[in-house]
Amino acid sequence: MIRLLYPVHIFSCNLGSNPTALLAEALSTVLSPTFLSKYSIKIKHLMCLLNFLLSSLPPVMKEIMVRAIYCEMLGYQASVSYIHAIKLAQQGSVLEKRLGYLAVSLFLNESDEFLLLLVNTVLKDLQSTNLNEVCMALTAVSQMFPKDMIPAILPIVEEKLTHPKEVIRRKAVLALYKFYLIAPNQVQHIHSKFRKALCDKDPGVMTASLHIYLQLVKESPESYKDLTVSFVTILRQVVGGKLPMDFNYHSVPAPWLQIQLLRILAYLGKEDQGTSEMMYDVLEESLRRAEMNHNITYAILYECVKSIYTVYPKAELLEKAAKCIGNFVLSPKINLKYLGLKALTYVVAQDPNLALPHQMTIIECLDHSDIIIKRATLELLFRITNAQNVTVIVEKMLEFLRQSSNDYSTVDLVGKVAELAEKYPFIKQDPLNLCNGMQPDIPNNFLRLLAEGFDSVEEDRQLRLFAVDSYVLLLQGETASLPQCFLQVISWVLGEYAHLRPDQASDPGKVMRLLTRLLDQRHASAQTRRWILSALTKLCSSPVESSLFSDWPVRLTAVFRGVPQVDSSLSFLDGHVSEALAAGAAPYKPPHQRQEELAHEKALSLEPYGLSLPVSLSTCSITDRLTDRQSPTRLSISSSVSGNSTELSLKGGSTTLKLDGVKRVWGKEGYLVQQPKEVVEETPLPPTELPSPLGSFQSPVSQTQTASPGPEPDQERQQLASSLFVGVGTHHSVCLVRSTACQSLRSSGHFIIVCCVSSPQVSCVSGDLVEEVKGHSVATCQYAVVMMRASVDVELAGLVSYQRVPGQPRATPFSLRLSLKHFIRPLTVSTGEYGKMWLSFSHDVKQNLRLITAGDQSPLTATLDTLRDRLHLHVVDIIGSEGIVACRLLRGQPCLLHCRVHADSLAVWLRSPIPEFPDSLLYHCQKALAEA
Amino acid sequence: MIKAILIFNNHGKPRLSKFYEHYSEDTEQQIIRETFHLVSKRDENVCNFLEGGMLIGGSENKLIYRHYATLYFVFCVDSSESELGILDLIQVFVETLDKCFENVCELDLIFHVDKVHNILAEMVMGGMVLETNMNEIITQVDAQNKMEKSEFSSFFSLYRRLSFSLPGRTGRHRLVLQVPLLVPCLP
Repeated sequence: MIRLLYPVHIFSCNLGSNPTALLAEALSTVLSPTFLSKYSIKIKHLMCLLNFLLSSLPPVMKEIMVRAIYCEMLGYQASVSYIHAIKLAQQGSVLEKRLGYLAVSLFLNESDEFLLLLVNTVLKDLQSTNLNEVCMALTAVSQMFPKDMIPAILPIVEEKLTHPKEVIRRKAVLALYKFYLIAPNQVQHIHSKFRKALCDKDPGVMTASLHIYLQLVKESPESYKDLTVSFVTILRQVVGGKLPMDFNYHSVPAPWLQIQLLRILAYLGKEDQGTSEMMYDVLEESLRRAEMNHNITYAILYECVKSIYTVYPKAELLEKAAKCIGNFVLSPKINLKYLGLKALTYVVAQDPNLALPHQMTIIECLDHSDIIIKRATLELLFRITNAQNVTVIVEKMLEFLRQSSNDYSTVDLVGKVAELAEKYPFIKQDPLNLCNGMQPDIPNNFLRLLAEGFDSVEEDRQLRLFAVDSYVLLLQGETASLPQCFLQVISWVLGEYAHLRPDQASDPGKVMRLLTRLLDQRHASAQTRRWILSALTKLCSSPVESSLFSDWPVRLTAVFRGVPQVDSSLSFLDGHVSEALAAGAAPYKPPHQRQEELAHEKALSLEPYGLSLPVSLSTCSITDRLTDRQSPTRLSISSSVSGNSTELSLKGGSTTLKLDGVKRVWGKEGYLVQQPKEVVEETPLPPTELPSPLGSFQSPVSQTQTASPGPEPDQERQQLASSLFVGVGTHHSVCLVRSTACQSLRSSGHFIIVCCVSSPQVSCVSGDLVEEVKGHSVATCQYAVVMMRASVDVELAGLVSYQRVPGQPRATPFSLRLSLKHFIRPLTVSTGEYGKMWLSFSHDVKQNLRLITAGDQSPLTATLDTLRDRLHLHVVDIIGSEGIVACRLLRGQPCLLHCRVHADSLAVWLRSPIPEFPDSLLYHCQKALAEA
Repeated sequence: MIKAILIFNNHGKPRLSKFYEHYSEDTEQQIIRETFHLVSKRDENVCNFLEGGMLIGGSENKLIYRHYATLYFVFCVDSSESELGILDLIQVFVETLDKCFENVCELDLIFHVDKVHNILAEMVMGGMVLETNMNEIITQVDAQNKMEKSEFSSFFSLYRRLSFSLPGRTGRHRLVLQVPLLVPCLP
């Protein structure tokens, strides 16, 4: 320090000759940024020096102030210079004033008392005739101004709104906005002036006022609905290029202004059809005008898409916006990809279908090298989580967690996983893996989950046992890396539930020994030790040999002293172990062996859920979907109904498959070979002779289950895609079918026909199941097939077993595809009835269809006639440009269509009491019209 | 709203920091360190957006950054700002700096912190975007520079000269600081 001060000292002695130049040089050396960082100068000394220089050398004050700013930025608190900064702002020339204001705004904050000294200066400068001074004051005011002093300067700032200079008006607007943010009550009376600013002849001022309106509209959209027209007009003018060329950026007219306006419109149009209708045109126009050629146009497009999805929906716009999102997601530019994912995340909440076309891209993004993209993808997946894909998604999240370091996104993601775990309780084992639960409330939630349990006692036991087992396993390994709160969770769980372990009875000391070991370890904090001790206390309540505690006085003393004693050979246990072995206890199993057992246990623990669809099974239906969009919901088979289970009679109107009393024919492993009773009695079918039954059903399943050892990455991805997107998208609903399914087998000889029809969506009512076919006659079996859940089409498959020669049973599988069309019947209702029904139905879908023009008929009539002929719909009435149509499922629920000619398309609104019906019907309407 | 604008070099040395919300001194330093830690880890070919600062991040806020030669320009913004819009704003800022300093380099930012702050003040006021037109910004700054010339102080030119004769500075170091922040044109 002395060495540093020395040159300064020399120069200060020489002040007489040419002090300033020399001094400046010395100062530059001492206070130069590189110097500061090079020598770790004691801050105290530095500040003394600064103070000395600032107070004694006004001529170079400006230079020193710049250095002080630099010191402050580097983190040295240059508090001694604060008062000098204020002085500079108060007294200096224009240039010094500017620096003074700058320094003040960097040094001080709103609550600083020093600022009170500045109020008068600000007042004076605001009234100055020098434009620069006014600007400076306004800038400083918008950066930091004490809340209590706002009334003092408010009138003057308000006055500036009418200032002839546009720059000043603009800054005044922003300063007022700042006041609004700090103290909303004090600027309430000038809302009318904001409106004036919005109508300012200078677009710059108008732009500034939009900051205010964005905030105001966000807070209360209702109060500003009247301005919608103005905003729409402004946006239309901007988009139309009415602004001066100065406002163009890369030949895009005022892009930031457009973005701002689009955001405001989104807030205004949210959940408000009337207001939204006003802006459809302009939204469409900006979407169209923003050609993809520059970064900034993507920014506009992105905002536009977001607005379109926020305001009251309009089908055509949504379609265009969806296309736009597609472009974003598929873009090779990574920033756009990110925004595309964000946009998808935003819109899937409204329509999960939108994610479907991008499945593969999303999967790619999951493996992206950029962690932010990965994170955004997980966020997206989080939004489309459902009961079917939750396991896969949580797995992906946990995978991400394992890689990422401890930061905000980890905490956030852990929270999400915990949320999912609570929402879908069947992913029980996953929360246990949240060993890096950083947020304090997550362990708590988890423990609550464990303690309160689920609905079934058995499941609770299983989960707790799993927790205990996995924690015991963890404790046997290296524990040093585990976070403290996790160790606490472990201790609590072991203390509460260790008694559930099957080997607990034979070896009660095991868990205790592990905990004891943990207690001895250096890295356990005092808090953690408390948890461990209380766990040990709980465990002691069960009878334990006293030998285990023989050295506890020593141990506890060690614990209390905080000096751990580690007996790594655990020699003190020898006696206990030999005793236990002599008493017939199982010998010690090394960890890997136990792990195997544990894995085995895990597999077993799936048992209670065996009935639900295994993921891979449901996978197959969706894998198909990837390649075949025609059948969005294929059949997925969990068990089939054997033909002779006659209990399964169809009750009209029931829409669920009754499995009670139905023999299970399909198990997890496939067909459970079981002979129909009749056959068994006569001539037992040797199972080996059965050709792979229902091959068409089983094969996709087995394919996915036994993936080839080295599957193509693509295949893997597809598989992943299918498991991720299972259940996302339209669930086509309800329909009952009049069956035309009739399979006849012609042959000579003797037949015994046994039909197995299976599908969760279709149930079969069978008549006589066994028929004799003699000679060359034809036996026709007619079954009424009823669709249990509506979907675009279903596959019906079955098995015909027959015996040509007694004693030689054969079987032939068959399958046929039935479309929803087959199940639709016209519904004859009056217009009045229609109106009543319409109001009572809750599930609706809107879509635009193409109109058909035919001869002399009006397009509406022609279109509706086509639909009537092709889909057996009943046209109730046609009034002007609107038509109403009704239909129902065979023996099932109705669906109503309301059609309106809109421009050159037909806006159709479908309503039904069943959720999936409108979607499926719409699909067929589209198809019918396309074919016409 | 823009919460903070940070510029630091490849080694994490802050070159400019402007906070539009109040944080304590210590927090500000922590934010700079954390932001550098987050940003410097990232490759060149990844996206320019970051979520996940503990201090200034959170679910609301976002870091948007660009890397030019030796410097990182980071804007911390909340959800009311458009990501791509800010990205272009950074570009406008750097282009403006480039025009004002003629081939701007790190050294310019070190020795003319005040000037950089003044340019910034014309672009962003109290966290709100004030002006996005480069020519307009330069006009404003020039008006002030004229003022400066009339009160010309002899020290100003001195700095540049002195900065090269500082003790303990190797030539290489100097060169690094002088790497112009080549401003590429955005696509």
